[in-house]
Parts: sequence; structure tokens; C-alpha cells
Amino acid sequence: MSREDYEVIIGLEVHAELSTKTKIFCSCKTEFGGAPNTQCCPICMAMPGTLPVLNEKVVEYAVRAGLATNCSIERNSKNDRKNYFYPDLPKSYQISQFDKPLCKTGYIEIENENGEKKNIGITRIHIEEDAGKLNHDDFGGGCLVDLNRAGVPLIEIVSEPDMRSSEEADKYLKKLKSILEYIEVSDCKMQEGSFRADVNVSVRKKGETKLGTRTEMKNMNSFRSIIRGIEYEIDRQIEVIEAGGKVEQETLRWDDVSGKTFSMRDKEDAQDYRYFPDPDLGLIRLSEEYIEGIKKSLPELPESRKRRYLEEYNLTERDAKLITVSKYLSNLFEETVSKTKNAKASCNWILGDISRILNEKEMEPNQIPFTSDNLAELIILIEKGTISSAIAKKVLEEMFENGEEPSKIIEEKGWVQISDEGAIKEVVLKILADNPQSVQDYKGGKDRAIGFLVGQAMKQTKGKANPQMLNTMFIEEINKM
Amino acid sequence: MQVSSEEILHIANLANLNLKEEEIEKYKKDLQDILNFANIVNNADVKGLTETIGANEACNVFRKDEIVESSKREELLQNAEEQQGGMFKIPKVI
Amino acid sequence: MKITELTVHELASKLKAKEITREEIVKAYIDRIEEKEKDVQAFITITDKEKLIEQARKIEEEVKKGNITNELAGIPIGIKDNICTKGVKTTCASKMLENFVAPYDATVAEKLNNENLISLGKLNMDEFAMGSSTEYSYFKKTRNPWNLNKVPGGSSGGSAAAVAANMVPWALGSDTGGSIREPAAFCGIVGLKPTYGLVSRFGLVAFASSLDQIGTLTKDVTDSAMLLNLIAGHDPKDTTSADVEKKDYTKCLKNDVKGLKIGVPKECFGDGINEEVKKSIEKVIEEYKKLGAIVEECSLDVADYALATYYIIACAEASSNLGRFDGIRYGYRTKNYSNLKELFKNSRSEGFGDEVKRRIILGTYVLSSGYYDAYYKKAQQVRTLVKNEFAKNFEKYDLLLTPPVPNVAFDIGSKVDNPLEMYLADLYTVSVNIAGLPGISVPCGVNQEGMPIGFQLIGKAFAEETILNAAYTYEQATKFREHYNPQFKK
Repeated sequence: MSREDYEVIIGLEVHAELSTKTKIFCSCKTEFGGAPNTQCCPICMAMPGTLPVLNEKVVEYAVRAGLATNCSIERNSKNDRKNYFYPDLPKSYQISQFDKPLCKTGYIEIENENGEKKNIGITRIHIEEDAGKLNHDDFGGGCLVDLNRAGVPLIEIVSEPDMRSSEEADKYLKKLKSILEYIEVSDCKMQEGSFRADVNVSVRKKGETKLGTRTEMKNMNSFRSIIRGIEYEIDRQIEVIEAGGKVEQETLRWDDVSGKTFSMRDKEDAQDYRYFPDPDLGLIRLSEEYIEGIKKSLPELPESRKRRYLEEYNLTERDAKLITVSKYLSNLFEETVSKTKNAKASCNWILGDISRILNEKEMEPNQIPFTSDNLAELIILIEKGTISSAIAKKVLEEMFENGEEPSKIIEEKGWVQISDEGAIKEVVLKILADNPQSVQDYKGGKDRAIGFLVGQAMKQTKGKANPQMLNTMFIEEINKM
Repeated sequence: MQVSSEEILHIANLANLNLKEEEIEKYKKDLQDILNFANIVNNADVKGLTETIGANEACNVFRKDEIVESSKREELLQNAEEQQGGMFKIPKVI
Repeated sequence: MKITELTVHELASKLKAKEITREEIVKAYIDRIEEKEKDVQAFITITDKEKLIEQARKIEEEVKKGNITNELAGIPIGIKDNICTKGVKTTCASKMLENFVAPYDATVAEKLNNENLISLGKLNMDEFAMGSSTEYSYFKKTRNPWNLNKVPGGSSGGSAAAVAANMVPWALGSDTGGSIREPAAFCGIVGLKPTYGLVSRFGLVAFASSLDQIGTLTKDVTDSAMLLNLIAGHDPKDTTSADVEKKDYTKCLKNDVKGLKIGVPKECFGDGINEEVKKSIEKVIEEYKKLGAIVEECSLDVADYALATYYIIACAEASSNLGRFDGIRYGYRTKNYSNLKELFKNSRSEGFGDEVKRRIILGTYVLSSGYYDAYYKKAQQVRTLVKNEFAKNFEKYDLLLTPPVPNVAFDIGSKVDNPLEMYLADLYTVSVNIAGLPGISVPCGVNQEGMPIGFQLIGKAFAEETILNAAYTYEQATKFREHYNPQFKK
């Protein structure tokens, strides 16, 4: 039997760090990258006698996430302790939510390549605290514990096992990330671990109704590894079954270098988290007004923004979809259009060269160093004929380097387009004198010869001559000859 | 409920406690005695009663999302047996 | 009268009248501690003499200059060693925290500092407040000042013994299942456990978070009211702290109980209560009737349930609260480990005493998969039942009167080997914690051997004023301290 004979079942547990200013249970800042143990206090270090107090923004952000993913918001919720020992968990329990999460039973819509739509169910969203970080000690054989991340607020978004391929998992994750960015509850910086997923994979023979045994890959933080990991697990599990074996339920670690999964299981320590309600924290009771208030404050989500772009800006379905994936790019687009009144050009620049450079530089959109004012100026400069689009591409590269204004770059580099008739005529006459053959060709009916002559003139002027003017002037001058 | 030696060892392991051979019996007996007594709760008529979580019914006691200067690192690390580079040192974790 | 025999309100009026100085007070206590500590063994950490005297002098000067005006500035105090004090060791009487110095002050410690009280030191207790005799301290066994062969009670045994022995004028303790009221009764002093939430728990090393409450151990009821004034109040650092109006609890001491309705649960006088204790309580009832209160028999049939519930909930919460002692950031770290699991296990096994381990194991068991519903969940429901039973009684009565303990202080070493019997001694106190109510233990006599007996008053939530007034009225009528004093019998 081959892979086609199997059905793949994927469920995802996503952890997203909330972009609150302070930690979930104390007032230490959450900023990324501080010196070890400098964003800590007795509370997040779990000093004896300390007590947690819940950050109100954490509840608000989780409710926003729930509403944006079509969840029902629980009116009565609570915090529970999940007990286990690990050196990155200073209290030896994580304050999480067990049987009464803030949000339940939602869904996200994804769209396959052929435009087919599918809902991926969301089982629950709950709030919890992040753990610290273990660093390897350079000298001895030890580890070093840094608790700056301990207590950073997270939401865990648990999906139903509704995905049937790595592509669907990828689409779900990208859509979820886009939504969380839109509603501004998480910056979803995957490289900083603020958006990461535990991936559950199982396979079963087609037609089978019982679920196969699943394995769980922990803490994956790039789309590429997630796809690779899923593909690897599918192959591995099918191979085990085909060889007459049984897939073991286990927790795995994906290794990006070898492209393989490894078992993390420690048989001695069968886990029993002994969840119970945290007696240090009161209940969470959310009123109708509170939830309605948050509902009203929710910004426009990618789906409705896309529909608006189709009508308002006449974008193609494909462009509207692509540009609304990132809230940052989408905002950049709208701001640029408001200044240029040119939706087509604004969209092309963002989806074309800007996206290409972001990819090459492995940058997130919000790391773009220039503003919509700068981009609008660039587009207007092309429209006015101050620069050619060829030069504009070079200007954009410069803008990515230093975030400077296009006009300033053009001036500094001397890239202003030559539109002066006298100057252009001078170049045209010189090129015509140098290329008598092309003149003959054109006269002989080969229109393409003009293209060659314009190209030569552009070369001569280092791309600065106005190509329209060149075109007209070459024809005029040849006709005069 | 009868507590077995295996169970005592499993529970002690969950709690990260060692039990010496001679302690197992003692803890088992103590636990059994106390559990037998604690079983009284199962005689109580609690039909329809909700669970009391804290001693009072405080709810929605939240904090504003405002940064307070973190503590001095030396003070936070002063009680640690082993530290290095401003971090707590522990044995290698797989 | 010697300075150390005075109550705090007496000291305060002498200070006001300029009959004594703060330095004299502190020196008197230094001498008294030096004299009695070898017999009583109440302290884990004693504040340095020179530091104490210097502090007293400084405060005296500031008072003279008018910079400090509150009447209690410069009054000494003792603090149970599970309340965090910045820069001073907080050991919880455990090897685990033998050298632990908190980098912060508990909210109550901060409040005492703000009022310029002077800490004489940190007082002995059962390890992590788990026990009823202070015999489970890692460091020492505290003696009962009335008879040095007897336990002072626990877990706030160091606090109770130090107050009774006049080694501190008053002290802070904590009460999870009777840990203030039982030692107060055993030592012939007044012990108040306030309503859960009235005093901030921030900085109290947690034993059982939903039951723990800081309270007072004092020579008389007026001092209890005064100390409660200092420590009560809402604290934003403690989510379970109640947002109630600040009161002056000395204002409620009216010396009048006419018309006050007191219920006496008949279940408290069943099997197991000592005859002399029973007789003593009966006399208290008569006294209250004489004073004009209406005393009636009532029913509160929850004691057994409450005790079982208490041990399930307290141990479950403790098993989780004590997880943080893992040998990494603070506390005892074993020398004997080659990997992480061994570091955890050996540090905890060597750092915790037997009783603590026993309760961690019980707590882990009742929370573990398969047993949660039968024990923990059930206990939480029974907790509601207990609260309801109290509520029913409080529809009819202003107060309930019970013995705090079924017996007087027992001999050191007589019960340590039988944990269950030790737990049963908490029968009358734990239901008050389970329901989160205020309770006070007041001395009312001694038995034939001269060991003190107390009685307990239980009030509605936040009815500290009612309790304190009733206790005060009884105290004024009977004057226990004028008739009985600790003899330090050997």
C-alpha cells in the first residue's frame, strides 16, 4: 500500500505570547532579549510567600482572540495549577486553565488552492504563563536558568484534529497568525518563539473510522519545519504500520538539521499533572457588557478587509487575499493608496519588490524601515517622470538599507531622470550617428530597431533618460533623416 | 481504598521525594490511616452543592498592565547555591 | 510591675506619660530573653542587642523631635518565622530554608516597619506550620512556660510561648487549622485568627493558601485589637485580600454583652473532651449569662467532616505550594547528585522533615489521577456544606462558643509518633478555617496541674468587633492574668 491509501489527521496546539507590557502575574516587563534574570522579581522567581495577581489585559486579549476565531466566551472561568517539576518552572506548577478555559468551540476558515473553503475547529483557548529559558553552560556540563520569560503571558489555542495534510496545517497556522496580528494581541514573532506550535499527527487507512495513534512534536517555531516535520511523521508512521508495527503514542522533538524526529519520552516519569483550582486567584466572571465591549472594539479582520479591497480598490481576488495576510502590509497599502490614489501601483510594489526583499532578507513586515509616506513618494516620483521604474527599484533597495526619503536618495545618487529635451536630443543624435545600421533597419520596416536604440541611450545615461521621450525623439529624428 | 507499596513509590516520585525501604511501610500505614479517616467526606450529603475554591468569593481581582521596575538581580540570586553569569546553575538537562 | 509583664497598651500609656523610655523597654526584653530563652527555646533568630538598642534610641529621638507621632513606635514585637522579613532569615523552622534571606518584606512586616515597631526576632514553629506542638521544628523544641515538659502547642508555638514567658510583648503568628488558637490556649494567652482575607498573606510562606491567615498572639484582648489595627487592611498584592473598610478595633471594646446571642454547639462536648476543659467551658457559659448574654445550645454537626476536609485540602495545597523548594533558586541543595532528578529528589528528601513529607505525599495522592474526585473535589463540596452549616447558625446567633482544643497541653514527645491522633486535636479549630471565619482563643482557667485552659469564640466573617468585645467583656469580668501566671515548672 502507498501513501494514497492513508488518511492523515493533524491537530495543532499553538502557543502565542501576548503583547502585554507586563507579565501575567507580576509587574515585570515582558520585553524580549534582556540580560539574564533582569526582568524578574520575587513573584516570577517564585520566592516563598509571594502571590500572583492576574493582569487584566491578559483576560481581555484572550477574549479578543476568542471572538476573532468565532469562539463562545465562557462567563465563568478560573485559573488552575498544573503541577510538574522542571528547572524552567520556578513554582513547580504552571498557572494555566484546565476545565474552564476562557474561550471554547470556535473555528477558522481556510481556503485551498482551488478556492475550496474549509472550517478548522478550535476546541478551546486558555491563558497561561510561559516558563523560563535553559541555556547551555559553555564550560562545565551544566545548564543555566534565566527566568526573564517566566510569567510572560500566553494563550494556548487548541484546534480540533481537522487538518488532513501539511498544506492545510500550514494554511491554518498562517491564517491564525494573521488574525492574532490583526487584533493586536500577539506580535507572533516566530524567531523569538512568540508563536509556536505543538503538532499532533496520526494516520489511518482510508475508510477506517477509529483514529490512529498520534505522536506530538513539541515547540515547533517555523512554518518550514512544521511542514517538514509533518511530512516526515506521515512517512514514518505509514512505514511502521506497513512493516506490521504499531505507532507508539509519544512526544517527539523535531531536529531541523537531520530532518528527523526523536523521542523525548522519559519512561520513569509518567506525567500526572494533578490539576486543581489555584486558591491564590479568584474566579473570572465576565459580564455580557464586558464581552460586547470587546466585540465592538475588534478591528476589521483579514476576511472582511479582503472583500472591501475587491470593491474599493478593484484589486484582483488573488492580490486582495495576498495583501491582507499581513496586517502591517495591508495597512501600508491603504496608507500609500490614500496618498497616491494609485491602488494598482501601490499593490504591485508591496506584493512585488517589497515582498521579494522581505523574503531575501528574512525580515518581518513590521521591520520595514520606511514609512507609507516614503513609498507614496516613490510612486509619485515615477508618475511625475522624475525617475524611471528601473531606477525606482534601485531606490527601494536603498530605502531598505537606511530608511531614507526617496527624493533624498535620488538626489544623493544623482538618479534624477533626464527629461530635458535638449539633453535627450544630444544623446539621441549621438546614438543615431553611432548606429547607422539600426537606422537602416527601422527605415526598412523593422520597428524593433527603435527598442535597441532606446536601450543604447538608456545605457549611455545609466538609466536616467526618460524612456518615453527617447522613443518619440528617435522616431522623429529618423523620420527627419 | 487500600494503598499499595507501588502506589506510595509512584506518589513519592511525583512529589520528587525518596523513600527508603524502611520508610515505605511507615508512610504507607500513615497514609492509609489518614485516608481511612478522610473517607468521612464521602459520607457527607453534598448533592447539589458547588465546590468552594477559596475561603472567600472574590472574583475578577485584576491588576493594571503597568510596568514596575524589576528587582536587583544580586538580591534575587543571593540565596542560590550555585550561579554563573547571573543565572542559576543546574546539572545538564537532556 | 516589671516592664516585661506589662501589656502593650500599658507600655504605650507609660511611654505617653514619659514614665519609661523605648530603650528601657528594649533592654528589659533583651534581659528577659537572655534569662528565659535557654528554658523556653522560643526563638530561631534573635535580633542583635546593639542593633535593638540603637533602633530604640533612634526612634526615641525622632519622637522627641516630633517626626514620629504614633503611640506604638518603638514597641518590640516577635514574628513567626514563616513571615518574610527583608534581610533577616526566614526559615519556616526547616532545614530547607535554614539560610534563606528573603529579598522582600511581607506586607505585614512592612506595616510594622512603617509604624516603627522593633522586631526582637523570629519565632519557632512547626516546620512550614505543619503541626500542633512545635515539635516538628528542625531547630529546637519550644517548651511551654507553664510547664517546661509540655508542648506550647503549634504551629505558632514559639510565638505563644514567647508572649506567655514575657519574652516579647506580643507576636504575630499564622493559623491554617488552629495554629494560633491552639498554642494560645495551651499557653494561657489570647490568640486571634482574623477572617480569611482581612490580613494580607503576601509574604507569608504558604502552607495551604485557602486556609492560611496571619493573626495575633497577645497578653490580653485590648492588645489583640491594637495589633489587628496595625496589620489588617486590603493589599493589592494579595488577590484574596478583602477590600473592607479600615476600622479601629479598640473602639469596639465596650465591656458589655447584654443581649448578645451566643450558640454553644452540643457536638463539641461529646466523646474525647477532657472533663476539666468541659467544666471550665461551662463556667464561661455561666459567666456570659451573668453578664447578660443569651447563651443557648445549638447544633453544628460538621466537626468530623471539617477535619477530614481540612486534611485533604490543606495537604493538597501544601503539596503544590512546596513544589518550589527544588534546590535551584534558594533553599537547601543536596551535595549528593549527578543529574537533575537526583538534585530535585535528594534536596527535597534531605531538606524536608518527616511530617512535611507525610503531608506532601498525602496531598499528592489526593490530587493524583483517579483520586481527585473522591477526595479533593468531594472535600471542596464538603467545604461548602461546612460554610452553610455555619451560616445557618449565624442566622440565630451572633457568636458560637466552643473549646479551642479538647485538652490541655500534652507532654513533649507523647504524640509525635501518631500523626492521626495529633490531627484529631485540631477538631474544634479547623472548621473555622474551612469556613474562613474569625476565631479567638481566650484563657479561662487552669486544670489541677496548673495548665491553662481556653475557650474559643467564632464570629461571622468580618465580625472581629463582635468577637473582640465579647472576649474583652469576659476578660474584664474574670481577670485571668491577675490570678494565674506561668511557673516555668521543670
